[in-house]
Amino acid sequence: MSQNFRLENVGFINRDKKLSFKFNGKKYFGYEGDTLASALLANGVHLVGRSFKYHRPRGFFGAGVDEPYAVVQLYRNNETEPNVKATEQELFEGLEAKSVNCWPSVNFDIGAINNFLKIFLPAGFYYKTFMWPKSFWYRIYEPFIRKAAGLGVVSTKHDKERYEHKYEYCDLLIAGSGPSGLASAYAAAKNGASVILAEDKPRFGGTLLTSDVNIGNQSGEDWANSIISELKEMPNVTVKNRSQVFGYYDHNMLVMSEKVSDHLPKTKKYHPKQRLWYIRAKEVLISSGSIERPIVFGNNDTPGVMLSSAAKEYLKVYGVLVGKNPLVFTNNDSGYETAIEFKKNGINAIVLDSRVNPQSEIIDEAINLGIKIKFSYVVVAAQGYKKVNSADISKISDDKKQLGTIENIKCDCICVSGFWTPTIHLASQSGNKTQFKEEIDAFVPGVTKQNETTLGAANGVFTLEETLKSSFSAGQDLSKKITNNDNKISFPNVVEKKSSQHDKFWCVPLPKGKSYKRFLDFQNDVAVSDIEIALKEGYRSIEHVKRYTTLGMATDQGKTSNLNGLQLVSDIENKVVPSVGHTTFRPPYTPISIGAIVGREVGKHSKPTRKSPMHSWHEKHNAVFVDAGVWLRPRYYKNGNETLFEASKREAKNVRTNVGVCDVTTLGKIDIKGPDAAELLNRVYTNAWLKLPVGKARYGVMLREDGIVMDDGTTTRISENHYHMTTTTAQAANVLSHLEYYLQLVWPELNVNVVSTTEQWAGAAIAGPKSRKLLQKLFPDIDVSNEGLPFMGYMKSDLFGAKARIFRISFSGELAYEINVESDNGNFMWEKIIEMGEEFKIQPYGTEALSTLRIEMGHVAGSELDGRTIPYDTSLEGLVSKKKDFIGKRSLERKAFTANDRQKIVGVVPLDKKTSIPEGSHLVKDAQAQLPNKKLGHISASCWSVEHDNPFSLAILKDGKNMIGEKLFVMSPLKNKIIPVEIVSSHYVDPKGERVRS
Amino acid sequence: MRSQNEFSYGGDASVKRPELNQEISDQDWDNFVYNRKSLRGKHLELWQHISGCRQWIKVERDTGTHEIFNTYKADEASS
Repeated sequence: MSQNFRLENVGFINRDKKLSFKFNGKKYFGYEGDTLASALLANGVHLVGRSFKYHRPRGFFGAGVDEPYAVVQLYRNNETEPNVKATEQELFEGLEAKSVNCWPSVNFDIGAINNFLKIFLPAGFYYKTFMWPKSFWYRIYEPFIRKAAGLGVVSTKHDKERYEHKYEYCDLLIAGSGPSGLASAYAAAKNGASVILAEDKPRFGGTLLTSDVNIGNQSGEDWANSIISELKEMPNVTVKNRSQVFGYYDHNMLVMSEKVSDHLPKTKKYHPKQRLWYIRAKEVLISSGSIERPIVFGNNDTPGVMLSSAAKEYLKVYGVLVGKNPLVFTNNDSGYETAIEFKKNGINAIVLDSRVNPQSEIIDEAINLGIKIKFSYVVVAAQGYKKVNSADISKISDDKKQLGTIENIKCDCICVSGFWTPTIHLASQSGNKTQFKEEIDAFVPGVTKQNETTLGAANGVFTLEETLKSSFSAGQDLSKKITNNDNKISFPNVVEKKSSQHDKFWCVPLPKGKSYKRFLDFQNDVAVSDIEIALKEGYRSIEHVKRYTTLGMATDQGKTSNLNGLQLVSDIENKVVPSVGHTTFRPPYTPISIGAIVGREVGKHSKPTRKSPMHSWHEKHNAVFVDAGVWLRPRYYKNGNETLFEASKREAKNVRTNVGVCDVTTLGKIDIKGPDAAELLNRVYTNAWLKLPVGKARYGVMLREDGIVMDDGTTTRISENHYHMTTTTAQAANVLSHLEYYLQLVWPELNVNVVSTTEQWAGAAIAGPKSRKLLQKLFPDIDVSNEGLPFMGYMKSDLFGAKARIFRISFSGELAYEINVESDNGNFMWEKIIEMGEEFKIQPYGTEALSTLRIEMGHVAGSELDGRTIPYDTSLEGLVSKKKDFIGKRSLERKAFTANDRQKIVGVVPLDKKTSIPEGSHLVKDAQAQLPNKKLGHISASCWSVEHDNPFSLAILKDGKNMIGEKLFVMSPLKNKIIPVEIVSSHYVDPKGERVRS
Repeated sequence: MRSQNEFSYGGDASVKRPELNQEISDQDWDNFVYNRKSLRGKHLELWQHISGCRQWIKVERDTGTHEIFNTYKADEASS
């Protein structure tokens, strides 16, 4: 297909490089330097999508970041990306894109029926209708809306692209490379300041690329190019295109997204797709320019209606005509610039100017060129469904209230200009108190909050000369403060055309008997009538109107709709715009990909992975690992085709009958030293610690100040003033911080030092009736008898030359020991244990078997110490000292904590002794009771008891103390299970604890 | 200057833990454990340099703007 709307020899595209691409399956050609939008328009394609709510046909409205609706689904290098603006996406060879918001196709869209049902889809419609009946929401409304709406489909595949983060500091960050950005960057750079100049488009220069001006005897474009090339050569300047500064945060930190590879068919090797820059700047210059404002009229969303500045940009930058029979509708001089550009290329535009009799240089020029102009004329409505084919126009009275006779004139596009809206998003994000500027009917930055300075059009300055003057001096003054240099720059001679006053007119009244939709917010399908309804229904605050109607929401953030919306509210409410105020501008200014935000912290890079020194042994022996905090721990060792269930049962059984070995390196270890160490422990733990002899371990429970159990573990007195504390794997870091908090802030008089030694020691637990025999073999020189090393005893020894600590402690409830060696010797220790244990039928066991063993013993762990339980709840009240004070003790007197029917840990066995009980299930008295069925407690942990060979669970149950022997039901709506159970003691195996002492 | 993500927040620094073994009313204890003012504006708060020297420090910060005015060591009096 030929590019029928492409001009010869106009624009900055590279005509030597032809690119092919596909849109909605159809093949087209464009050139290098095109955007997807300009290439489609060159081919005469205006219909790109369907609108969000009414599914009306939509085309291109802008030419860049201002575009509210030309959003496509992009296909690039076997990946797909939603929410891509066709006006920003640069063309590359092989690009593929599809329309969004339409099903089954953009030309025949079933949702367009909404357009004919629009009377039923007023403001707040979703709130009003789809909320009832409730069940319909999930089954019918929501899935339908999901399919019909949305800005594309997110890929469910892993994103293989690489995204990077970069942190940068500079003296001046300049956002936008239009005239004000270039001038201020140049002045600051000449003063020796470090400068970052960011431009969101591929080309630098902003409006200089499209306006007919002259700076220092050069065209605007040539001047921009010469400044940019000079800046690029300077070592103190970083110039970045395709880079959008999208957020202004506290402490003068700004975030910029650099699209490094999005314009290429494929990301180059070792290159990121995008890079997110966190920039801390001493001074920030906001030169983000302005966006043209639409004038609101009937059917103003029809494809072919677009901003006049966009039409000019397509023409001047891309050599593309958006139409061959254009109509320009303006309330200021900008529309004439577009008409003149058309004329220069042989296209006759008709200009409708709402003003009565405006006079200016540019109007004279238009008249001299023979352009047909109609003053006091407006477009009443665009006609045509998928493309503008004509316009209903009319004369308008001087007070703008009365329309004359409606005439219909043929046209193939309507270029609309309702004056300019400064882009104040960044300034507003910084905390700037914006102010309404009557002369331009728009908000501009007011009192600055952080070190930001807004320049040029973004500051409401619309003449080039004034913009350049203020920007040169801002760049100079701000850099002088930092570098103390004062290089004067001679100000270039500027030639531009003077503009006349714009018309304070923004919305064409409806002709009698017509009900055209007049859109304010194109992205969210918010029309004038929606705002009227919202106000009629009593919404007053602009923030409420926004949320009720969705005006100015989503990715567009009101770029083209904000001020017209405010005008409408203020008109209806009879208020002035500044008293209505504007809604908050939120970062990001434009959509940012999640990948860029995440950066390199993805997959296994999302958090550190810790491995024990024995990790490679586990790997070699078919361990299946599980995440335990940041650690990887063997969950079970797979033997042949064993399942998790079979393997863990085998491992646990072997501990109960022979001996097993478990890697316990991950347990938190804290070394505590100092003359007041015992006193510290005595205050931190609930039980008594002052009389623990050297060479003995003790189990302790620590609380938070609110009385909730924080952690448990054993602490051993290594020598007079030296203790070795263990914590659970998950709480290790918190416990250390907790101790440091009390030592540094609450009791600084205690002479104690604490330090984490988790990584310094490798640990192995050997457990089972044969563990003593194994220990004797490992340490032939020491007395390991029940008398020599009794339960809770501790010894230092030597494991074939490696320094070792032996603790007789048990989590499994069996006779057990824990051996610690220095980490470097961990693997040596492990292999020795396996080697020596062979004759005792030793098997390694993982966390799953460990859980089984502790659950059937009724030993509590993280699932019971879940941040909601006090010592009583987990039957640890015997460890709570009545004599001394400790952290959290006072809270245990709280009424609820001492209630007679307080929850308590119990055991749960299914009556059929077969059905496994899902963890997290609820316990109820009557399974058939009406919903909501009263919950008596919950299952905290479940296992298959290897001792009894039937399922067994632990539960936290209301009045658990008096519930032993009761028959209840376990209910799991998630697993659709109701299981009759009996409540038993939580100590299902060896209730007297004889084995650990044997 | 250290990056904020090396630090961990530790709550209101003006809260003083009651002495051990001190008789204390339910109300006073609740005030110590639970009740905080949640001010907007200048706030003296605790932070721990968890990914660094592990010191707890006091930081005077504006909760509205995140501006940091001053920092004090754990044993240093805040003015």
